[in-house]
Amino acid sequence: MTVPQGASAASAVLLAGLAGARETAISGSGRAPYCMMGVCFDCLAEIDGVPNRQSCMVTALPGMRIRRQRGARTIDPDAAPDAPPSFPIPEPRSGGA
Amino acid sequence: MRQFDAIVIGGGLVGAAIGYGLARAGLATAMIDEGDIAFRASRGNFGLVWVQSKGLGAPHYQRWTRLSAEEWPSLAEELGERTAISVGLEQPGGLQLCLGEEELKKRQAMMEQMRQEAGNFGFEYRMLNRQQLAEILPGLGTSVAGASWTPYDGHANSLNLLHALHKGFVEKGGAYLPNRTVTEAKAAPHDFRIELGGEAITAPKIVLAAGLGNAKLAPLFGLSAPVRPQRGQILVTERTSRIWPLPLGSLRQTQEGTIMLGSSEEDVGFDTSQKPEIMRNIARRAVLSFPWIAELQIVRAWAALRVMPPDGLPIYDESSQFPGAFTANCHSGVTLAGAHANAFAPMVAAGTLDPMMAPFSAKRFDVPAAA
Repeated sequence: MTVPQGASAASAVLLAGLAGARETAISGSGRAPYCMMGVCFDCLAEIDGVPNRQSCMVTALPGMRIRRQRGARTIDPDAAPDAPPSFPIPEPRSGGA
Repeated sequence: MRQFDAIVIGGGLVGAAIGYGLARAGLATAMIDEGDIAFRASRGNFGLVWVQSKGLGAPHYQRWTRLSAEEWPSLAEELGERTAISVGLEQPGGLQLCLGEEELKKRQAMMEQMRQEAGNFGFEYRMLNRQQLAEILPGLGTSVAGASWTPYDGHANSLNLLHALHKGFVEKGGAYLPNRTVTEAKAAPHDFRIELGGEAITAPKIVLAAGLGNAKLAPLFGLSAPVRPQRGQILVTERTSRIWPLPLGSLRQTQEGTIMLGSSEEDVGFDTSQKPEIMRNIARRAVLSFPWIAELQIVRAWAALRVMPPDGLPIYDESSQFPGAFTANCHSGVTLAGAHANAFAPMVAAGTLDPMMAPFSAKRFDVPAAA
C-alpha cells in the first residue's frame, strides 16, 4: 500500500478501500474515518502496536502497521513498572466539604 | 406576560432537579436558562455521587448528602422510565486512596470524627490497608498506603442526568426558556415578576438556582448567596476495558470505559483556563496510584468552576422579606440531585423549607464580630 508523502494513516485506510477502521467500544458497530481533523475519534486504529490512536492525526510512514481497533483497548495492570521512588507526592485536594 | 406557579432561575443540574421536582408535583413551572456562554459546572463535573467526605464538622450536611444518595436510585429509575435516558447510576460504595502513611493517618482521623459526629444517625466506614486494596485493584502503585471506604458512594453519567432532568421537566409540562438573562426583577411576598429582556413572567414562587449567578440575584429577593468560583481541572483518558469495580474519589472509570482523573481546587475567579502544573499534579497522583495509567492516552482535559460558599457547605434559604422566594447553592449538583428533586422541590411546592434546612441558611454568615 503506497500513499502520497505526508498523508495520514486514516487516508491510507480510505485509499486502501477498507470498509472501516474500528469497531466501537460499547456496541461493537463499525466506523470509518470521518472528520479527518482529530475531533470525531471514529478513525481509531492500532498503529504499530499502540491501540486507540487517532489515525487521521498520524502521518503514514514506510512499514507502518495499521490494524483495526476492535472495541475498547485492554491494559495489563501488572505489566507496567511502578513509578520511580523519587517521584514526589503532590498534595491531595484539601477540601472534603 | 405569562403567569406560572413557580419560576426556577437556572437550568443546570441544581435548577433542573428542582424544576423537575416542581413540575412533577403539578406546578406550572418555568425554568430560565442561560445560553452556551454560561459557566456550566453541570457540564464540567466529575460525575460522582459522593458521600464519604461530606460534612466534617457539619453533620447536617452529611445527613443531607446521605438522604440524596438514598433518593438517587428512585430518581434514576423514574427518569429512565419517563425519558428513556439511562443516567448510568452505580452505587457500589467508594474508596478514597491515600498516598503515603501520613495521608492515611489523616484520613482515618477524619473518618472517625465523621462517625462520632454522626451520633445515632450512624456512619459506616472501613479503612483498608494496601494488601486488602491490591486484591480488588489490579496494578496498585507502591505509594498507596491504604484507603477509606463507605458503602454510600457511587457515580453516574452526569451529562445524561442533565439531559434526563430537562426532558422529564418538559414532559411534565414545564416551560423551558433558554438563552435568557434576567434583566429586571420585582419582588413582593408571593408575587414575583421577572423581566427577560422584552418578555415578562410572573409567579408566586421563585427558586434561585443560577449557580455563581446567585450572588447577584439573591439580594433582589431579600436573600444572600455569597458564592465564589473555585476552579477544578480534569483529565480524561482513552476508553479501556473495565478495570475498577467501584469509584475511587479522585479517579473513576465511566461505564463507557474512559478514566477520569481529578481533582484540584484553585481560587482564580471567573477563569476556566487550564494550568500545566495542576494537570501534572493530577497525572502524578494518578500514576502513583496506578502506574499503568501512564500508558493510557489523555484524550480530553478541561477546567470548570465549582459554586463555592464561604464555608464549603451548601446554602438553602427562604426569604423572610419576600416569602415564596428560595435559593439553592452548592458545589455538588450531581450528588445532591436526589435531594433536590425529591426533598427540596417538595418543600418549595409546600411553600416553606423543613426545619431540617435551618442550618443551611445564609444567616450563618451574619454572626457579628466578637467584641
